[in-house]
Amino acid sequence: MTKSNDIDPEKLLEIYRRSMRVFKTDERFREMLTSGKLRLVYYPVRGQEVLSASMMCALKPDDYLVTTYRGVHDQVSKGIPLKDLWAEFTGKVTGTCKGKGGPMHITDPDSGVMVTTGIVGGGLPIANGLALSSQLAGDGRVTVVSFGDGSSNIGAFHESLNLASIWKLPVIFLCQNNRYGEHTAYAASTAAKQIIDRAPGYDMAAIRVNGNDPIEMYNAAREAVERARAGEGPTLIEAMTYRMLGHTFGADFSYVPKDLQQEAKEKDPIPLFKKMMLDRGTSEKALAAIEDEITKELDEAVEHALSSDFPEIDEIRFDVLKEEIPA
Amino acid sequence: MSTADTITFSQSINQALDEAMAADPKVFVLGEDIADAQGGGVFKATAGLSAKYGTDRVRTTPIAEQAIMGAAIGSAIAGYRPVAEIMFMNFLTVCMDQLVNHAAKLRFMSGGKTWVPLTVRCTTGAGVGFGGQHSDMLEAWFAHVPGMKVVSASNPAEAKGLLLSAIEDDDPTLVIEDIMMYAQKGPALEAGVKVPLGKARVRREGDDVTVITYGRPVKTVDAIAEDLAKEGIGVEVIDLRTISPFDAETVLNSVAKTRRAVIVHEAIKAHGVGAEVSARIHEELFSDLKAPVQRIGSKYAPVPFSPPLEQAFLYSPEEITSAIRRVLG
Ligand SMILES: Cc1ncc(C[n+]2csc(CCOP(=O)(O)OP(=O)(O)O)c2C)c(N)n1
Repeated sequence: MTKSNDIDPEKLLEIYRRSMRVFKTDERFREMLTSGKLRLVYYPVRGQEVLSASMMCALKPDDYLVTTYRGVHDQVSKGIPLKDLWAEFTGKVTGTCKGKGGPMHITDPDSGVMVTTGIVGGGLPIANGLALSSQLAGDGRVTVVSFGDGSSNIGAFHESLNLASIWKLPVIFLCQNNRYGEHTAYAASTAAKQIIDRAPGYDMAAIRVNGNDPIEMYNAAREAVERARAGEGPTLIEAMTYRMLGHTFGADFSYVPKDLQQEAKEKDPIPLFKKMMLDRGTSEKALAAIEDEITKELDEAVEHALSSDFPEIDEIRFDVLKEEIPA
Repeated sequence: MSTADTITFSQSINQALDEAMAADPKVFVLGEDIADAQGGGVFKATAGLSAKYGTDRVRTTPIAEQAIMGAAIGSAIAGYRPVAEIMFMNFLTVCMDQLVNHAAKLRFMSGGKTWVPLTVRCTTGAGVGFGGQHSDMLEAWFAHVPGMKVVSASNPAEAKGLLLSAIEDDDPTLVIEDIMMYAQKGPALEAGVKVPLGKARVRREGDDVTVITYGRPVKTVDAIAEDLAKEGIGVEVIDLRTISPFDAETVLNSVAKTRRAVIVHEAIKAHGVGAEVSARIHEELFSDLKAPVQRIGSKYAPVPFSPPLEQAFLYSPEEITSAIRRVLG
């Protein structure tokens, strides 16, 4: 067992850097939406940055990721270049998917992001397939599939855990339990007291962690990755977090009790992480330098996205099938 | 091609899987009960394959259609060529999300960065006495989804040739097998021969009327054409083989010549493939047509159990003949 309070300082810094990249990206999206410079349905990840960064830091670049509409944190943490990501979010031909996928369907095999789905729970069965390919090929890759707590009530979740377990697939089911599925609170939709309570039914290793604590989260992730790489099968991680904004950006948020909102503000993982870094001896200056670097990168990415072209209309005939569709 | 009736439809499918697995280590098969320990598939289509290739490549799955389809899709994205067996076509409804929202669209939504070289085999067909939930022909559903190919063979040799092409194809392809044809015998296909996707076959030439069909009704239509030839009526018979995308060129060329068309399929007539083919003919050849295009399909009802009802549900040879006579005027 790994001690949950120890972590390599270099690794912690890397998690911090990725968390800040997510935080700043998410922040910039919201700013641009508010100012009217951008128009899209945006699923904020405010509050879930550290969870995702910690998980992805436990992976190698060529490990696979399957994520959802609320996936910017996963995509950025896994390493999609910000330029390509922003261009896809704005529907530009320079995007990861030539603008044909859009925010809910980001694919970037170069960084291991294989599927982003808008179908709740739809990614789990496919993650098994990616993991199966690694098992068959013996290539040592691990697949992580990220989803919300609400997704654990869809049939595909159960079919996927069962199959992964009997086949001992190198897959990690990463449940980002942010306590809400759209407007419905956890307890109103989910009969299990906690998501990991479902794992014993599938004879699966499971761990519940504070996803907002980088050390706890990273160590849980590392343990699951090691298990998968060793051929010992899947893990269900229930990472506790909190969605600090509405389901979509700008959506009503009044259904979340005020005291819970207040508590979440006090436990905001980003300032806490910053404080942890300072307490551990990283200088204000070093942290500011990280932020500056990201801001610069973001400025360039946004500029690139805005100045890029939309795809030619003719693009609609391509990539439907391998053969082009007649004009 | 030898002319002797040496092979059944199901043996032919088995042969295709065997050849594909021998030729390409990336090909593997998954589905319920398909390994030899579980009987080699309910219709024996995979019998003997796990003995030859092992249970890693001939994988029996739990009864979990979404899990089967997802495992196939994910491995296909990663470079494998899975052949997923869904025991009955009706069970595709259980994994529609995986097929429709994922398999069919991932190439497009990724801007061509990923693709899904997936083959899905399923059985179906009325006449077996399975009743309402094991007999539907749902090809129109899948033909309506951009990004998928849909095929159905009319004899053992083409069943093998089409399946080999489907496995080799880089797009998700649904292969529909008619249970009523499994025991049907025909000439075998020589090793290495394939039937190309997207190409219809003109089975018989004729100048008076074109009958467009696929799957089980092809045999019935062939026999009708033979009969009508004795009366001096020239029926051109086209087997679509690939239902989507369908070979409009072959169909339109034929109808431009005969100026009359009848479409026959086993699926119910309403909103079926016949509607699409008929509409295309009317769009392109309306002023050349000597009569409106006729469609023959099964009745608008769930497939009934009671034998006389099940028979009445299906299209009949008489209906086909009278539709042909009707367009001949
Ligand atoms: C199959 C399906 N049903 C419903 C929806 C609509 N929907 C989108 S997000 C969502 C809530 C999902 O909650 P959860 O899984 O907890 O993820 P979160 O959004 O909190 O990250 C719903 C119901 C959908 N996209 N897919």
